[in-house]
Amino acid sequence: MTVVLVFLAVIAVIIAWWLAQQRLASKPWLEVGHLHDHRGAEPVPAAKIGLAVFLAVVGALFTLFISAYFMRMASSDWSPLPVPRFLWINTGILALSSATLHWAKVEAERRNDDAARTSLLVALAAGLAFLVGQLFAWRALSSAGYFLTSSPANSFFYMLTGMHGLHIVGGIAVLARVILRTWDAPIDRRAHLSIGLCATYWHFMLAVWLVLFALFSGWANDVVDLCRQLLT
Amino acid sequence: MVDVRSGIGEAVPPAEVEDVELYHPHSWWTRYVFSQDAKVIAIQYATTAIAIGMVALVLSWLMRLQLGFPGTFDFIDADRYYQFITMHGMIMVIYLLTALFLGGFGNYLIPLMVGARDMVFPYANMLSYWIYLIAVLVLVASFFAPGGPTGAGWTLYPPQAILSNTPGGKDWGIILMLSSLIIFIIGFTMGGLNYVVTVLQGRARGMTLMRMPLTVWGIVTATVMALLAFPALFVACVMMLFDRLLGTSFFMPAISEMGEQLQYGGGSPILFQHLFWFFGHPEVYIVALPAFGIVSDLISTHARKNIFGYRMMVWAIVIIGALSMVVWAHHMYVSGMNPYFGFFFATTTLIIAVPTAIKVYNWVLTLWRGDIHLTLPMLFALAFIVTFVNGGLTGLFLGNVVVDVPLSDTMFVVAHFHMVMGVAPILVIFGAIYHWYPKITGRMLNEALGQVHFWTTFLGSYAIFFPMHYVGLVGVPRRYYELGETAFVPESVHSLNAFISVAALVVGAAQIVFLFNLVWSLRHGRDAGGNPWRATTLEWQTPETPPPHGNWGKELPVVYRWAYDYSVPGAPEDFIPQNQPGPGRVTHEAVS
Repeated sequence: MTVVLVFLAVIAVIIAWWLAQQRLASKPWLEVGHLHDHRGAEPVPAAKIGLAVFLAVVGALFTLFISAYFMRMASSDWSPLPVPRFLWINTGILALSSATLHWAKVEAERRNDDAARTSLLVALAAGLAFLVGQLFAWRALSSAGYFLTSSPANSFFYMLTGMHGLHIVGGIAVLARVILRTWDAPIDRRAHLSIGLCATYWHFMLAVWLVLFALFSGWANDVVDLCRQLLT
Repeated sequence: MVDVRSGIGEAVPPAEVEDVELYHPHSWWTRYVFSQDAKVIAIQYATTAIAIGMVALVLSWLMRLQLGFPGTFDFIDADRYYQFITMHGMIMVIYLLTALFLGGFGNYLIPLMVGARDMVFPYANMLSYWIYLIAVLVLVASFFAPGGPTGAGWTLYPPQAILSNTPGGKDWGIILMLSSLIIFIIGFTMGGLNYVVTVLQGRARGMTLMRMPLTVWGIVTATVMALLAFPALFVACVMMLFDRLLGTSFFMPAISEMGEQLQYGGGSPILFQHLFWFFGHPEVYIVALPAFGIVSDLISTHARKNIFGYRMMVWAIVIIGALSMVVWAHHMYVSGMNPYFGFFFATTTLIIAVPTAIKVYNWVLTLWRGDIHLTLPMLFALAFIVTFVNGGLTGLFLGNVVVDVPLSDTMFVVAHFHMVMGVAPILVIFGAIYHWYPKITGRMLNEALGQVHFWTTFLGSYAIFFPMHYVGLVGVPRRYYELGETAFVPESVHSLNAFISVAALVVGAAQIVFLFNLVWSLRHGRDAGGNPWRATTLEWQTPETPPPHGNWGKELPVVYRWAYDYSVPGAPEDFIPQNQPGPGRVTHEAVS
């Protein structure tokens, strides 16, 4: 459970940092009258904060899965599974998707609506391609005899990729909605915000995927071992 | 640094936090059923939670009938008994308390108390309720599924939860239970995002964090904890579903059943316990913190006195929230963990007692020399303090490893957690309903019925749980369907058990009086007016009661003071609403 404790510590630091700016030591009973709030003149859109909180929840979810992974790994019946080649290509596709979304955001800022629309479409296609690629990776593994139940590492692999895939599916649904909404309307401030939020979510899911990938291919273990040695 | 304008009297022009576009309902359906108004959603949440709570109440009756009069009721066999235990615990903790405090009170009070028109994501808020309803229906469905609901205990520990000797283990029971929890968590996350972001972004002008009522502080802190802790339950449920349905071995060790080796092997039941309690212990405080917050407001309002130590109350809420995320393993002292871990978790557990004690002192000091009105909300608040202290003290016993090990599996633990997280928060819920019902409906609840309800519930729950401590100390184990002929159990325990059961039946019946009151007062209650308790917080200052869609009419309120200006010397009334500009006390020295 160390992993999740580290995650909690990070969240705690963020909350503490934010609370520290909220004048928690003030004496409200003495302060009658109009108080300037510390929210700036240009308030951060609620959707942005909402996404940040949501990502914290998703982060907690995957961190807990990873904690479980490490704890289960300590048992004697653990045998790592070979990482299918496919995953490298998939990783590339997801990174491409993430990059094009970022590109869409930049183009929307520059008011190049058409370029933004095209890159949104490319991002969507790449997202779908990633999902298909993951299915191929599953098939490659199962045809090589690595089934869900044949070892705990396999179980984790299927479950975690599935969980990550579901999050990508959700992201694709939202992305498709954004595309439909901006298709024949000019990209206004609201659409621009939505594109930015999609991009943030995508980067986050890419980061989660990289961590999972590192986990499956065993590099994460080396890092953890290193940390352990540094600590002891 | 502090920018206080002390030219009192001048109202600040309501140049506004950006006024949000409100969704306007067009039909009866979107107004009352698929409504995006947080107030309607709150009532939907509360009604559903209370309805399913009544099921859990009946289950507790059935359990008590068995324990008090073993062998009298044929239809309660051991399997049924375990199903009753499991569903009673699960429903009460998650589907009633969590949903009612966060989904019910959170939805109703947060927008009104911080001066917003609605939650920031009304659509997600609506979905949150409907997903919660689906979760409840899935749960209820397990009563009718072949094999009945799961009887694995509310902790659902593997391996037994999914073995065939456990009721529902090889049937639908456990599957529906786990699915229902997963659905609940998805729904809660949608609501939880709303509660947090509304407090962050939706506050009215002048409503700084330190001017928020403690109710909002309690609810929002609990929500943050829930958002971080519920994923652990989610993970545990998903993995167990995999074990049960697809035959993986996340939690299942090599095990044989009826002389037959099962396909599982190598899994770790302890892993499940870690995940479960990583959620399970914060859950206690997810229920307790809103209760703390609400009770602070009730006491301050009905004692006509500002809350003592407001800042400390806020800090205590935050510190309790933080600490409770790192105490989970104190539920696992008997799982054979490393003793040093035990020591660490015992220490953090005992440290939580410090901010909690601060809160209790502050409540008592608020009452000190207050102008105490023994209204129904106040009675419930006082009952909460007493009950919480009782339950908290036995918690200190159990937090110690050496004391916990012999007591862990006795009725003492049952009595402890029912006092501290069953009776205590429920008392707050009752107090809060008596307090806010006038705002929700425009009418007061009937006082006489309320008195009957209060005294029966309060004294009755002591009649139930005080003797249960003794039963536990004698060594009567918990979770047992019947004691049979046991040498160390004296005769007195049996008569006590019968007494407890009768008390439980009476207390349960008193809740019917309460429900009747809720319905009856809708039409026949005394007209309440906008602010019957003469309270300061924003929800009592709405232009109309009950508040309409959008809450505030044309203009959002502007906040000029904290939430506790009661009995201010020199003020014409004994309370000054938060949105009232003008002199209260001298303010010049505040500029620091």
